[in-house]
Amino acid sequence: MTQILTLPPSLPNAQNAEVGASKFCPGCGHGMILKSLAFAIDDLNLKQKAVFGCDIGCSLLSWNYMDLDTVQTHHGRTTPVIYGLTRANHEAIGIAYMGDGGGLAIGSQHLVNATVRAERMLIIVANNTNYGMTGGQMSPTTMPGQRTETTPYGRDCEVTGRPAKGAEMVAAIADPNKSYVARASVSNLRKLRSTFKKALKNVEMGGFSFVEVLSLCPLNWRTNNVDTWGRLAQMEECFEVKEFLVREGLEG
Amino acid sequence: MVKKLIEKDTKMFLTGNEVLAYAANAAEADFMYGYPITPQNEIMHTWCKLLPKTEAGFLQTEDEISAGFSTIGGILAGKRAFTATAGPGNVIMQDAQSMAEMMRIPFVCAVMQRGGPSTATVIYAQQETRLTCFGGNGEGFRIVYSTAGHQDLYDYMIKAFNTAWTYKFPTYVLADGYQGKMREPVMLYDPKSRGIEMVPVTPYLLGEGEIGKDRKSVHLRNTYNMEEELMEVLDQYQEDYNKMAEEVAEYQEYKAEDAEILVIAHGIVARSAVTAIDELRAKGIKAGLFRPITIRPLAVKPLRAAVQRAKQILFTESANGQLAQMVLEKLYGLTTPYSTLYKMGVGVTGDDIVQKVEQMVKTPATV
Amino acid sequence: MARTKMVLAGEGGQGVQSVAKILVEAGYEAGKQVLYIPNFGVEQRGGVSIAFCQIADEKIGEPRFAKGDIVIMLSDRAIDRCDTYVDENAIVVYDTSVCTKKPECKCKKIIGIDANRIANEQLSARVFNIIILGVLIAATNVLEVSDIKNAMELALGKKFDAKPELRELNYKALEMGMNMIKDKVGA
Repeated sequence: MTQILTLPPSLPNAQNAEVGASKFCPGCGHGMILKSLAFAIDDLNLKQKAVFGCDIGCSLLSWNYMDLDTVQTHHGRTTPVIYGLTRANHEAIGIAYMGDGGGLAIGSQHLVNATVRAERMLIIVANNTNYGMTGGQMSPTTMPGQRTETTPYGRDCEVTGRPAKGAEMVAAIADPNKSYVARASVSNLRKLRSTFKKALKNVEMGGFSFVEVLSLCPLNWRTNNVDTWGRLAQMEECFEVKEFLVREGLEG
Repeated sequence: MVKKLIEKDTKMFLTGNEVLAYAANAAEADFMYGYPITPQNEIMHTWCKLLPKTEAGFLQTEDEISAGFSTIGGILAGKRAFTATAGPGNVIMQDAQSMAEMMRIPFVCAVMQRGGPSTATVIYAQQETRLTCFGGNGEGFRIVYSTAGHQDLYDYMIKAFNTAWTYKFPTYVLADGYQGKMREPVMLYDPKSRGIEMVPVTPYLLGEGEIGKDRKSVHLRNTYNMEEELMEVLDQYQEDYNKMAEEVAEYQEYKAEDAEILVIAHGIVARSAVTAIDELRAKGIKAGLFRPITIRPLAVKPLRAAVQRAKQILFTESANGQLAQMVLEKLYGLTTPYSTLYKMGVGVTGDDIVQKVEQMVKTPATV
Repeated sequence: MARTKMVLAGEGGQGVQSVAKILVEAGYEAGKQVLYIPNFGVEQRGGVSIAFCQIADEKIGEPRFAKGDIVIMLSDRAIDRCDTYVDENAIVVYDTSVCTKKPECKCKKIIGIDANRIANEQLSARVFNIIILGVLIAATNVLEVSDIKNAMELALGKKFDAKPELRELNYKALEMGMNMIKDKVGA
């Protein structure tokens, strides 16, 4: 008789074990980002204090992904829901999770103003350079020449402008004494986890954190495994991966 | 816990916007989120001026979209939070209002109507009646109190919080620029002294208990995968709404019992109607008023009864029949003819109504 | 007296709303029913500023009325704008030293005053509006001077305390306004 030994997947405590198989497309970056975030929450023991807000777009699928109190909001509106909450509950660690469309297009006024006011929260923008859920249209971060459904011949920067640099913009207007601003990538999950940890620590210290994460969208990119990672490498050239702003006294 | 300012009955001479700020405090509201737009600004101004005494919270947001959504955030945190807006601000706040509808969030908002469409005037109108009742991409699962002066503003702002937190439907105090800016005497009181207990508030997120030990994590959503899944939710909402309507619908009648000409008006226009009715009665014309106080849901039974008793109806509004459309739908099957006096974005005076009713006496309505 | 309806109109900066506030405050303190709506437009400064005031013995219904019992016009633009609030029962007051024309409306009486000139020559330009307040209370006769003085104390008390001569100046302006019109209204 053959016995098959199975081990349960190693899930962080802050991830919801009941959710079952991932609802994200195969090869999607969201799962990696969320898992790294959940580990960082575990590292800092924030599960009982964290509130997770998810945007509309592919990020909406994370509505029950975490074992955290969660609210799904509207497209671009996660940031105001979360700072509305953290203004009213000073204990809460607010996390607003969105894509590049939610963060840098439809919700950009909230991003700008939350940054300027140094709202006590972490904003995470998963940047996959397109609108995934609606079928792969151009987003603010679509790279020059990149083909999408609304730039079928490649993004022409003369017509549609240059890719939006979220982390650079936020760093330029953030309060250096209260903020942590970084860009990370799913190409280095260990680093991503430590970036989230630092960002959450800053929120615990009463500050504002912004982390843009370069992510993958093989379905809409129409890329195979090799090309997917090649595309991510291109993105890392276009969007510099580094810490842009680290408040004094904040350590990794 | 906020500090309440009004402990005993206090008569004051205030603008309506000031009254609303005092009323929110009397209702133990914890937090206001807002964005400047005329004619509601003084609600925020007053709220902010009182902060050192009330120890409540305030956030001036970047726009009304944010004011709406951050109010929801405050409510999710378990605060009796509210906002206020007007005109184009009310338009863009519909985004948040429809989320509150879908997620049964006790959203409270004062709407001080101004002229429309677009920027129009910053003064006065009743042109946000339909928007406030039915805005958003939904079915209008909302409760709307239309006030007619400062005592109403105080009474119904307090009531709005309790209605919202009891039934978990977004609840509005619908007023206008006249009411916001005008000054008249009002009696402020502690709700307790009128036997009003504030409905306790509880957080939607980060409530009691430890996740994984005492309770599961909360996952609130507004997206559904299947058509049937959505319908099941909304059917339940409709059932709840109908049940609520029986308990919440309010109206006021003035000399309507024997009225041959029944004026149907809401809000401040109903007050002009009262002035007109007194004048008309003095001239021997039997006029009366039916004023829906909740314009959504409407008090349908008494409305139909009053209409059935009358020989003619006059709809009058500072809009092009926004209330009339909602009312007429509820009068299906009745044949009482009606006439209209609509002044879009302009105040209706008592004289306007007197002249119109006199004309209706001479030449009865046929519609 | 059931209800007195008053319209005050002038240029932004002439102090029309300040006068209206003192007037209704006085009415409120005197135990009357009062209702005051400032007109307010997109222009916070520089437009025609209108105040609609009602003082009554009984509860006031309509907040905005069609026709005033007294309509005060303090500029050419106010004359153009306020014609609509005048009917055959109204008294119209205008300032001859500001306006370059005379109101042409069918009304009970048109009274010209030169409050602006007198304020400038005999008192101070700053109390022009208080002269108008005097005109208004003499013309309507619904409030006592003492009520007005109490309300002035509420509105301007701090300024008066800092500069006691201001109190006298304002009282004098009030009195001048009242005298200005006393003989003209009755007939």
